[in-house]
Amino acid sequence: MVDTIDKEKNKETKDAQTICEVVNNREGYTLTSFFADMGALATFTLRFFKEAFRPPYEFNEFLRQCYLIGFKSLGLVGITGFIMGLVLTIQSRPTLAVFGAEAWLPAMVAISIVREIGPVITAVICAGKVGSSIGAELASMKVTEQIDAMEVSGINPFNYIVVTRVLACTFMIPLLTIFADAIGLLGGFAGVNIKGDTSFSLYFLQVFNSLDFIDLFPALIKSFFFGQAVGIIGCYKGYNCNQGTEGVGKAANSAVVMASLSIFVIDMIAVQITSFFM
Amino acid sequence: MEEKTTIENPTEDVESSNTVVDIKGLKKSFGNKHVLQNINLTLAKGENLVVLGKSGTGKSVLIKCMMRLIQPDEGEIEVLDKNILELKEHELNDMRKCIGFLFQSAALYDSMTVGENLEFPLRGEKDVSVEETNKRVLEALQNVGLEDSIHKMPSELSGGMRKRIGLARTMMLKPQIMLYDEPTTGLDPITSKEISKLILEVQKKYNTSSIIITHDMECARITANRIVILKEGEVAMEGTYEELKKSEDEWVRSFFE
Repeated sequence: MVDTIDKEKNKETKDAQTICEVVNNREGYTLTSFFADMGALATFTLRFFKEAFRPPYEFNEFLRQCYLIGFKSLGLVGITGFIMGLVLTIQSRPTLAVFGAEAWLPAMVAISIVREIGPVITAVICAGKVGSSIGAELASMKVTEQIDAMEVSGINPFNYIVVTRVLACTFMIPLLTIFADAIGLLGGFAGVNIKGDTSFSLYFLQVFNSLDFIDLFPALIKSFFFGQAVGIIGCYKGYNCNQGTEGVGKAANSAVVMASLSIFVIDMIAVQITSFFM
Repeated sequence: MEEKTTIENPTEDVESSNTVVDIKGLKKSFGNKHVLQNINLTLAKGENLVVLGKSGTGKSVLIKCMMRLIQPDEGEIEVLDKNILELKEHELNDMRKCIGFLFQSAALYDSMTVGENLEFPLRGEKDVSVEETNKRVLEALQNVGLEDSIHKMPSELSGGMRKRIGLARTMMLKPQIMLYDEPTTGLDPITSKEISKLILEVQKKYNTSSIIITHDMECARITANRIVILKEGEVAMEGTYEELKKSEDEWVRSFFE
């Protein structure tokens, strides 16, 4: 039984290598290479789920990645969230004023930020900052044979490098989203008070009155998927880089492009599912 | 005039009857490029085997197949009496701990200090205590003469120092077999000679058997018990340094000129 599993695993590894060779040796991005790429990504994702539950668990490296991905992104996510809240409020006020509905401004800003803008903007920023950094780091480890060096030491590099980073992205991006939502609402408060006079407590009373559990919960669930997509795509692009130093740049670039695109695709699916329950 | 090295002739200690690596009919192709066509090789216990050949003849592919970093298309690779191509994953990991691999670029982990780099191979060893780890790190650094570099980052090291640290890291698990992928590439002649001597010192101290991939004839002269020359994916010639130097084949002699 174990023999069969190992033989299957060897075959899987060989198939994955062949797929990656097809992807990396392509001249121009054809439909065939697109499907080969998707197949290799699916195999990589499957391997992540298998390895994530297999010891040894690299807890220290996971915490280090949480610090790098989460804590080190707080500034960027915070500033962007504040600006988004501020701009959204300033832009929406004239339209609401036409209908005499300026009092609805805090509610509108809150629902927009919590349901959509907070999760998507945070994930896109993380795709740019974290996805590119993971893609470039792993690609450079690959071309300088650091991943091979781990393997020859009898240590599973997939477990140490990929699983820790993907899990850190999966847990940190939802936390960053909550942070961005909070800062975005503060930005909204600043925007409301540029041309009006609303107290802090009244603003947040209106914000929380307008929000339901159904606004927050799906947004957080989808941000888990955003995080996983950013981590897996960044790691996949870096881990399978095979074209020397040129490949490092390509891996970082394609990690950002593919992760950003996948965020919008996941968002579209999530909105459809959420609207089914609402 | 060839300078005489002070290192003793390494051929003295070879136990030629005891084979630690046996490669039979090894083949590997990348697309239409047949890199290894039919490689047959043996490595005896305590032997230093140097593999020479033009660039692109599959020397590095050969030793990567031995570690199963690359899956060969055909053939058998027996290491320490076990067919490495048939090992299960956990058996392969155990086997890999018996084989040290010094990469061409040394492959030090950029995000870790020298000390952490050296500790890294021991992280899977449950029976090695923190004190034992620290002792082994210090010993490995002393072996390569770089005990002051323990807190340095790899980016702060010169090419020669990186190679030494790479060698020290491979010795952390006290392997029985060492594979060197162009250990002196990119180094000045003096540092190259120091690395070559270090390879011999390591072999004597830990009684390792080694396969050394190189283009550096001085390194081959210092380290080799036996030299194998690859041509078009096959073993073209085999012998000691002196035998091959006096070969009637002009192509073989061209390596020594």
